[in-house]
Amino acid sequence: MNRLAVTLPGLELKNPIMPASGCFGFGKEYGNLYDLSQLGAIMIKATTEEMRYGNPTPRVAETSSGMLNAIGLQNPGLQGVLTNELPWLEKFDVPIIANVAGSETADYVEVAKQISKASNVHALELNISCPNVKCGGILFGTDPEIAKELTAAVKAVSSVPVYVKLSPNVTDIKAMALAVEAGGADGITMINTLVGMRLDEKTGKPVIANKTGGLSGPAIKPVAIRMVYEVSQVINIPIIGMGGVTCVQDVVDFMSAGASAVAVGTANFVDPFICPTIIEQLPAKLDELGVDHISELVGRSHRV
Amino acid sequence: MIIQDLMTVESQQEIAKNIFEMKLTGKLVGEITSPGQFVHIRVSDSFEPLLRRPISIAEINPEKNEMTIIYRAEGRGTSLLSEKREGDTVNVLGPLGNGFPVEETLVGQTAVLIGGGIGVPPLYELSKQLTAKGVKCIHILGFESDQVVFYEEKFAALGETYIATVDGSNGTQGFVTNVMSELSHDFETFYSCGPMPMLDAVQKAYVHKKGFLSFEQRMGCGIGACFACVCHTNENATDQAYVKVCSDGPVFPAGVVQI
Repeated sequence: MNRLAVTLPGLELKNPIMPASGCFGFGKEYGNLYDLSQLGAIMIKATTEEMRYGNPTPRVAETSSGMLNAIGLQNPGLQGVLTNELPWLEKFDVPIIANVAGSETADYVEVAKQISKASNVHALELNISCPNVKCGGILFGTDPEIAKELTAAVKAVSSVPVYVKLSPNVTDIKAMALAVEAGGADGITMINTLVGMRLDEKTGKPVIANKTGGLSGPAIKPVAIRMVYEVSQVINIPIIGMGGVTCVQDVVDFMSAGASAVAVGTANFVDPFICPTIIEQLPAKLDELGVDHISELVGRSHRV
Repeated sequence: MIIQDLMTVESQQEIAKNIFEMKLTGKLVGEITSPGQFVHIRVSDSFEPLLRRPISIAEINPEKNEMTIIYRAEGRGTSLLSEKREGDTVNVLGPLGNGFPVEETLVGQTAVLIGGGIGVPPLYELSKQLTAKGVKCIHILGFESDQVVFYEEKFAALGETYIATVDGSNGTQGFVTNVMSELSHDFETFYSCGPMPMLDAVQKAYVHKKGFLSFEQRMGCGIGACFACVCHTNENATDQAYVKVCSDGPVFPAGVVQI
């Protein structure tokens, strides 16, 4: 028995650990460092219909136990991803979760339709929560009715299961989760970054050229845990949890809160080997907890 | 190959005001392929600060598996790094990026090496390799003031060395460009590392010469995955062409990157 194997809609995961979208490019840089087949899955960088250059620099700023970023969905566009990025990943035995972004329903639908046909794309992650681009999804991510309609539109054209990435920048995360579930989502990924700002000590002006950026890293983990805890109790579809994961204990925490699998984001920038390191340490952690299979951890924070 | 190495601090000393020279040993040194590459250093085991600090390599000694880095203790991260002592270990990722092409200057030719402030360090290993090969090196090094001048004698031992300081406390008063305009030698190539305005001035002054510039940008991952350090290129007018300073650079032929 593989104690770490997890089955989710569209995904047969060797283990529940995967790099989060935007923190792993399209895999090439990390593929030069280790065998990507070790990973449970890979959430590739957001793909939009047209190529995007993204925001001006500075695009990142460090904060206490975290960082702000406003990259602005820089990516080579749908055709670039289909021709250059996805084929390169085919040599690895790892399912790809393609992050789909856009600024209106038609873009999302077009990208979803085409990218979901790629042989190694096993699921989509609908990015309705990028805080860093104008009309870049955040509206879709903060209005439950709009989110539901978009989910349904994408679901109608996708050849693979659709996960929806929720934004934490809402008053009621449960309402958003319920809305996308009603729209037909097969799963939820959460959380995206929290909108923040850092000011320059000398000038008093925002450090990031976009002024605001998305906060990630260990600083946001308590917010993410709380949200996974709340959402997992009201929906019937699985959650891939993320937000400040840096070590094996964080993985246990997210699964205990209610996530079925866990993504690692910013920590890849600090330690590029963090995903394989966590995967290697998981069995010993299960022994320590007296757990046979990792799925036994899911939701134990609220299980009666 | 890029590796993550727990390197040992062999020595650490303040060689000018807030400028530290640190010697580190470890197997990472064997992976360095060209002068101008950099390393990404975790200055703390905690998440405070969270990100690594990119620092250029000033000198390598492959026989001893030793490299020298020179950095300015300015913010939280580099200040913490300056507290490391002999025998401590430091988590280093590298070598990263593409360095200066030594092969672009031929034996018997002359190269001008122009550095500004904390952009000076990578030029030292470059000059060592160029002079060892039989290239004549002329160094033009700019600093704020005499208090922060470093490696003047070490550069002078390799070739003619001119210093410029903004306040005139050492060498020519003003910027490297003041020295450049009075330079009577002819040369075949130039190599430069320093702040953007300096790189811009150097590039404009030597527009008909073959040159290589090393850029600095705020970085995240250091390996090309996060897209924090992108710069526009002059390749076309679509505004879509870009390079990543960390993995495509930090050294680019002059004229490639939009300054």
